[in-house]
Amino acid sequence: MRGAPRGLRARWGALGLLIAIVAATTLMLSLLGFDVMRAGHALVNGSFGSWYAFGSGTLVRATPLILTGLAVSLAFQSGVFNIGAEGQFLTGAAAASAIALAGSRAPAWVLVTGLLVGGGIAGAAWAWVAAELRARFHVLEVISTIMLNFVAAYLVSFLVRGPLQERTHIYPQTASFVIAARLPRFGSTTRLHIGFAIACAACVVCWWVLRYTAAGFRARVAGANADAAKSAGLIDVRRVTTRVFVVSGALAGLAGAVEVSGVTYALYENISPGFGYTAIAVALLARLDALAVVGTGIFFGALEAGATAMQRDAGVPSVVVSVVEAAVILGMVAADRARVGRWTGRAA
Amino acid sequence: MISVGSAFVASAVRTATPLALAALGELVVERAGVINISLEGVVLFGAFGALAGATHGGVAGGFAAGVACGILTATVFAVFAVGLRADQIITGTAVTLLAFGATGTLYRAFYGAQGAALSIPTVGPVAIPVLSRIPVVGPGLFEQPLVTYFMYLLIPLLWWWMFRRAVGLSLRAIGESPAAARAAGIAVGRFRMLAILFGGAVGGLAGATLVLAQAGTFAEGMSAGRGFVAIAIVVLGRWHPAGVALASLVFGGASALQFLVQSLGLGIPYQLALALPYVLTLAGIAGVAGRAGAPASLARIDDT
Repeated sequence: MRGAPRGLRARWGALGLLIAIVAATTLMLSLLGFDVMRAGHALVNGSFGSWYAFGSGTLVRATPLILTGLAVSLAFQSGVFNIGAEGQFLTGAAAASAIALAGSRAPAWVLVTGLLVGGGIAGAAWAWVAAELRARFHVLEVISTIMLNFVAAYLVSFLVRGPLQERTHIYPQTASFVIAARLPRFGSTTRLHIGFAIACAACVVCWWVLRYTAAGFRARVAGANADAAKSAGLIDVRRVTTRVFVVSGALAGLAGAVEVSGVTYALYENISPGFGYTAIAVALLARLDALAVVGTGIFFGALEAGATAMQRDAGVPSVVVSVVEAAVILGMVAADRARVGRWTGRAA
Repeated sequence: MISVGSAFVASAVRTATPLALAALGELVVERAGVINISLEGVVLFGAFGALAGATHGGVAGGFAAGVACGILTATVFAVFAVGLRADQIITGTAVTLLAFGATGTLYRAFYGAQGAALSIPTVGPVAIPVLSRIPVVGPGLFEQPLVTYFMYLLIPLLWWWMFRRAVGLSLRAIGESPAAARAAGIAVGRFRMLAILFGGAVGGLAGATLVLAQAGTFAEGMSAGRGFVAIAIVVLGRWHPAGVALASLVFGGASALQFLVQSLGLGIPYQLALALPYVLTLAGIAGVAGRAGAPASLARIDDT
């Protein structure tokens, strides 16, 4: 049935639907009395309008998106549906915060290294739970990671109201980190921190490993065609996917550690405005390519930074960005439906 | 004194009602071999629809609009997942994101950022004569809004439809092997479409229940993961209507434990009590998921 007229029609139908979503969103905003021109202006100005907006807005926002997007693209490439980057991000942020608060007397380089590594390990451990449930009990990782996202959110809520709460016990957040636990910035006039460089480096390393090493080859084959990989006999698909799952969790956990030590300097509830979910759009728009994730991460970072400006200047709710992100994902699966199936090894 | 026991049962059934509705809809969808992660978005849009409908057309208008919005959201999913045979999990995640953004924007535009004080008509409980007098469990099970009784009815109805009717057999055949079902002359795509729309209708009703029978208002993101939980409940209930109903009740019970924890003053942090249902669900799924029960073609792209 592939390539039949019916499929073609459905594809045009989907494209029409997407255009309808964007047009309807714009129309709806203007009908509701929002100044669409002004909103568009604020969107562009707030993301690319100046070096400050680009560096301190867009790139700062892009940093966690690049790392979580990389986590998702790596997992998807091996046929692992890690929808749990959100929870892994939160556990990473929580572990990094605990280390930052406990080791406040340590030298800066020890403390920063420790909290980044600790965040990565925490994210990996969180993903490992879902990886084991998948490998041993055949639990769909989609369901387990979503459940674990909720557990992680409650865990953070418990920590910032319990053991890690600031000293006055008034606000549900931790005390502000000492200077030694904060990531250095690129100069005194920008909010851009070295976390952005770490994120870019992680993408390059992942890209290189996937492309040029045997481990990377196994990871790709496990996703491209699990049956072929199994019959060839040289690849233990179960072990490979478990490892990829854990590495994916480590990257998302690292994102959480980078966010608390580079931007917020404290842990609180709702520290993630849904980075783990936007990450799926980041990964798909990059067609799961590790290097392209840098670009798409910056794109969505710009969109979200611009949306903040749009809400401030034109009063347009910033959640409208979620509609655009959803449209991007749907557009990608419509354009690439066969490839997504092949990527994830689940085309029948 | 209203016993702690009957308050516990009432609270469990209250939490279980929207979960069971959404999960029973998802059960039909999954029996057709499709996993609809956008159920979360369906419930959310259903809730928003119920708010919009109820402000204009009262309670009936609210429920009708909730169901309609649920169907609408499910249609977007169906167009991509069935029409285009796109990946179901990615599509479902996107549609949930879409519902989240769209309801948030519409809500703030129509009702302002501080619209929480909105008052809309709600439905009260209806006591069933005799049955609601049963000690301990009576009031909890049989002094509920009408929509809860609808959920009770849906359980045997779905069982009869799925296991005693030819059309139900066709549905299950598609879930096991779309290729074989197609060879037997079953219109697989149309069946799946209709199953998804049914799931959308019941999921929308679940959302409407949250607004009209429980909260009495709408809040951004108020589905709060119930759609996701419902998907887990289908697994926990081993793809059977009675199992799904029981699993919903168990989850409701686990959630109701937090009230017990608070009222008994055991000193357990309430966030940990809140996380308990999710942990129990995970553990429960690990126990049942390995065994037979899942439709064989679940979440696979049908490219035959």
